[in-house]
Amino acid sequence: MGNLNIKEFLDKDEQKDLLRLLTAGSVDDGKSMLIGRLLFDSKKIYEDQLDALERDSKRMGNAGDHIDYALLLDGLKAEREQGITIDVAYRYFSTNNRKFIIADTPGHEQYTRNMITGGSTANLAIILVDARSGVITQTRRHTYLVSLLGIRHVVLAVNKMDLVGFSEARFNEIVGEYTKFVEPLGIPNVHCIPLSALDGDNVVEKSERTPWYEGKSLLDFLETVPIGNDHNLHDFRYPVQYVLRPNLDFRGFCGKVASGIVRKGDEVMALPSGKKSRVKAIHTYEGELEYAFPPQSVTLTLEDEIDVSRGEMLVHPGNLPVSDRNFEAMLVWMDEEPMDADKQFFIKHTTNTTRVRIDGIRYKVDVNTMEQSAADKLVLNEIGRVVLTTGKPLFFDAYAKNKSCGAFILIDPITNNTSAVGMITGAVDVQDMTQRRGKVYWVETPAEAVRLHDSVPGTVSVFDLPAMGIEPENYTLVEKMCNELVTQRQSVICIGKK
Amino acid sequence: MSDYKLSHLQELEAESIHIIREVAAEFENPVMLYSIGKDSSVMVRLAEKAFAPGKVPFPLMHIDSKWKFREMIEFRDSYARKYGWNLIVESNMEAFRAGVGPFTHGSKVHTDLMKTQALLHALDKYRFDAAFGGARRDEEKSRAKERIFSFRDKFHQWDPKNQRPELWDIYNARVHKGESIRVFPLSNWTELDIWQYIRLENIPIVPLYFAKERPIVNIDGNLIMADDDRMPDEYRRQAKPMTVRFRTLGCYPLTGAVESTADTIEKIVEEMMTTTKSERTTRVIDFDQEGSMEQKKREGYF
Repeated sequence: MGNLNIKEFLDKDEQKDLLRLLTAGSVDDGKSMLIGRLLFDSKKIYEDQLDALERDSKRMGNAGDHIDYALLLDGLKAEREQGITIDVAYRYFSTNNRKFIIADTPGHEQYTRNMITGGSTANLAIILVDARSGVITQTRRHTYLVSLLGIRHVVLAVNKMDLVGFSEARFNEIVGEYTKFVEPLGIPNVHCIPLSALDGDNVVEKSERTPWYEGKSLLDFLETVPIGNDHNLHDFRYPVQYVLRPNLDFRGFCGKVASGIVRKGDEVMALPSGKKSRVKAIHTYEGELEYAFPPQSVTLTLEDEIDVSRGEMLVHPGNLPVSDRNFEAMLVWMDEEPMDADKQFFIKHTTNTTRVRIDGIRYKVDVNTMEQSAADKLVLNEIGRVVLTTGKPLFFDAYAKNKSCGAFILIDPITNNTSAVGMITGAVDVQDMTQRRGKVYWVETPAEAVRLHDSVPGTVSVFDLPAMGIEPENYTLVEKMCNELVTQRQSVICIGKK
Repeated sequence: MSDYKLSHLQELEAESIHIIREVAAEFENPVMLYSIGKDSSVMVRLAEKAFAPGKVPFPLMHIDSKWKFREMIEFRDSYARKYGWNLIVESNMEAFRAGVGPFTHGSKVHTDLMKTQALLHALDKYRFDAAFGGARRDEEKSRAKERIFSFRDKFHQWDPKNQRPELWDIYNARVHKGESIRVFPLSNWTELDIWQYIRLENIPIVPLYFAKERPIVNIDGNLIMADDDRMPDEYRRQAKPMTVRFRTLGCYPLTGAVESTADTIEKIVEEMMTTTKSERTTRVIDFDQEGSMEQKKREGYF
């Protein structure tokens, strides 16, 4: 602490902002080592943790004579035995200027879902490559995922420079290859740093062994990168989370400002009712505020008694989100159980939960090559562009414009697992709706067919099989034929007991 | 801070309030577990903030191992009374009547029966479908990997290899009957954040955190306070007045004090910043076995 007065320290600490960062790399890139060093060198590792570390390193370390920083991070016993990190782990450290939350995620192939998990709240991503192998498939995958999540700042950490003799040429080669790959992804800020996590070169201090490198050390970069405000401050969206009625005179709508700014006296509109009122007050425990902005959690009261409940949204009447039951999204499948398009999932979007049907997959994306191909389902770690229909309208923006109103999760109604996560790209136009693959429905009576007919979009044919004189033993054949029609964007309703 | 930007503490506070409200909205029967410690004190204040000017719509529950410091129990009761909390206190009375305690049965048996089993029994008794805990991810390695909404099966077990993906601020709160979610609204807070917040918000905490002269016995290198006459005579006779404070609170025979003169929050933080021991070294239970906290968590302990 030196001579710094503790009060001054605390007063200064209170003013620090928060940077959430994601680290991604493959098993051998030395990622845990790098994080260990950031924590160690920023003096946050306490002595007794170090004692235990020295003990553990001797028994099972993978770092030879060095302290194995990875052992600090790989918490779970099973992982230690395997020598790999298998889940997202969160780490905390701070410097004089900033607090940091690190989501440490694995590069291991089958755990891509964890990287998506760790990256969803990140402002910045550190992607590690081994200087010897350069940009590999995993590097591309991680970068693509980072761009998909809308992370605006990327650091390419070219690690193990000590093993390529701190060669400028090798570094430039990797940077060149990476730049070519990353450009079309549209990530606004990409920065490449040569380093050695093992020896600490360019991690905290600039290294003398890379005199040709003119940029900042990693920590210096993290401390100074202007994250500004990553929140959308333009489009006011207030998903109502909880209705507070402590007494008959007070009806407060609790929520987190998802985006935009709301001021006392603002005219607001409730969705879906369309009813308008004005903001009477913005309440907090400490008292009333004049205005609120993301990600503040507040309670709004309105001038008029209008009915708004959880899952509904308050917005400014002149700036509405899309309100629709149909939309398109990039979907990442997170479940061991593959997508079953016939299943009705629950969708949770802001504070709104409803049923959802996956109408179709436009294409899936190969995360390694970013090539698109046709698919009729997605399996664990696969990403695809899908068309969805929800049970009630959602109030959304495109994820690229407004993360908090464009993100959602799908929940399996049977296992309750979070099966998939998605980022809305936009509404589906009606013309487009008929371009999708159709579906075969089986009902038992003509009355059921009539009822169903109205709810099935696009061209629908109805086959009354008994009336057509088709015997039940031929129904399999009929189904085969129907499946052909379905690929031609037709839906079929068959009347007959299968 | 600029007009539309929050400091890290304000951001953490907003995140925690969002989490707490989400639980109140999505679960039928949530409960907030209260350990009486400093983290719990912050969590409880955040709950009060989340529903102001209304009342918190769920109860507070303390699992009393019957071996807590007396000052903790006094603090608990007066705080709950002052702030109008519905307080539930549960203990494993069967084991208590059988005389289970740390001096006679050792820390492992005591902790299992009086804390873990008592907690599981209470959760089943009231059929709580969500339970808040004040754990932070920076406390311990296995906690660093835990979700904010952490799923528990019918047997209250945590499966670290099969956690639900958790993205953005969208929490999956769906459970089947008998299953539950442990919710950790302080996940992203660090120890320093907690102290800083207590200081800024004037949050009441148990006086044991502040240095004072107390009767202390050195048991196997741990500075244990002679808090009542259940401490065996052979130890109690050795008690000497020492100026100490506690960095964590729990069962008094299992909680080591540190020699300190820090009697204000500023001094505590100063001590913390210059200290060389992380806070859990004063918790005797963590040294039982290799990977001991992870083992306890799998079994249902927080």
